[in-house]
Amino acid sequence: MTVGVVGARRIAARATRKAVYSLCEHLKNGLSFEHISCVTGVDKVDHLEVVYHVSSYANGCMIEVTVDVPIDDAEVDSVTAIWEGANWHEREAFELFGIRFKNHPKLERLLLPSDLGYYPFRKEFKLRGR
Amino acid sequence: MAEMWINMGPQHPMTHGLWNLRVKVEGETILDAEPVIGYLHRGWEKLTEYRTYPQIIPLSDRLCYGSSMTWSHLYCLTIEDLMGIEVPERAEYIRVVVLELQRIASHLMWIAAYGTDLGLLTAFVYCMRERELFLDLLQSVTGARMTYNYPRIGGVRNDLPPDFERDCLRALDYFEKKIDEYEEIFDGSEIFLMRTRGIGILKPADGMNLGVTGATLRGSGVKIDLRKHDPYSVYDELDWEICTHPDCDCYARYRVRMDEMRMSCQIVREALKKMPAGPIRVKAPRNAPKKTAYARVEDPRGEGLMYVIGNGTDKPYRLKVRSPIFVTVSAVPIMLRGYKVADVPSIMGSVDMCLGETDR
Repeated sequence: MTVGVVGARRIAARATRKAVYSLCEHLKNGLSFEHISCVTGVDKVDHLEVVYHVSSYANGCMIEVTVDVPIDDAEVDSVTAIWEGANWHEREAFELFGIRFKNHPKLERLLLPSDLGYYPFRKEFKLRGR
Repeated sequence: MAEMWINMGPQHPMTHGLWNLRVKVEGETILDAEPVIGYLHRGWEKLTEYRTYPQIIPLSDRLCYGSSMTWSHLYCLTIEDLMGIEVPERAEYIRVVVLELQRIASHLMWIAAYGTDLGLLTAFVYCMRERELFLDLLQSVTGARMTYNYPRIGGVRNDLPPDFERDCLRALDYFEKKIDEYEEIFDGSEIFLMRTRGIGILKPADGMNLGVTGATLRGSGVKIDLRKHDPYSVYDELDWEICTHPDCDCYARYRVRMDEMRMSCQIVREALKKMPAGPIRVKAPRNAPKKTAYARVEDPRGEGLMYVIGNGTDKPYRLKVRSPIFVTVSAVPIMLRGYKVADVPSIMGSVDMCLGETDR
């Protein structure tokens, strides 16, 4: 795991997917990062990434945690139990990128029809005519 | 009494925009609720991967029709962070002025819609009338009433027109008297108070855990505003206060937005006074470096965040939008539980829904 300061009130970290749950727990309970802004899925073609943006109301800092996820076993622990606000972000990353969030309370499609058989935000899915 | 699920929407006077609220009721009491969104999903983030950086500015206007300026501004802010561009000071002040005018226009549209929801049709007509003042001001700057295409990567498109300061101050003088008039209409209406006071309670701890931001969270007494908290543009050089209200109910959210309109008037006045002369735009490179960047702003509806990955070309590799209402609407079941079906319009109206940014 690596952590570094990248600017005023900006921290960036990279974690393994085994460590991400305990890291997030520590961020909330130990360091008072009480607000999750965003959970983003990214397709890097050879692997997937999950990016967490977590901010602290106490001091205005924001930390960006990047986690690599292999494409053939796209699963990572859900952080919804820590921050309830991550719930719909994780559902969105699931339906658009096919990343499964373990122990998520309701991992179902949110924006798209429930019978859609593909993950439209992956790079292998091309827009028509482009 | 038997429990059942009722669909409120997608076509329902309560839903401003196209979405569906499923409520589980026992008699008149709400036991649970489930928002269903996605009717307006356009794959916005995917669309941006096929467009060059400047082409995305008008696209980001279309994220929210109620406050399009904040979204194109947020996009430009993110790309400036990615490309490492310093924006000239005059451009920053112009941005603050148009953003605050946009915030007033957005809050006026909210309060007009909220008045209609709760049977105050006079308020609708009044607020829409004063909203035109601000749309006219924005039109004189940008040439458009709603989708402005005005901020640019590295500044703004054009300078303020001649006499803008005079027109703007005139409009603000007139408008500040009108806010008192709105307060008479709303606070003087017994029906409005009955339908908003003590309804839709969101406790501060719940709101923070659920990721709720903006006026909804400030209505729960949490003193958080990104303009102060994580300042961008020149907000840290201006003198203004965060508006909060401790009541946690729909009435508190209404109060916060009313106070914010007054505060926005104050910010615009000060920004116009302090605005320096100078250039309004620097040239931005065509290609972005191979790195990531993000920026966040205080949208009229809450925290907006954009995260971008550049790959050395003129198109973003990935652009993610964090929409405030997407998160707030996931938190509405906790506000609805235990209240009556007739309270749904006042609770849902108080969060200021905008489906364009929710579904993206």
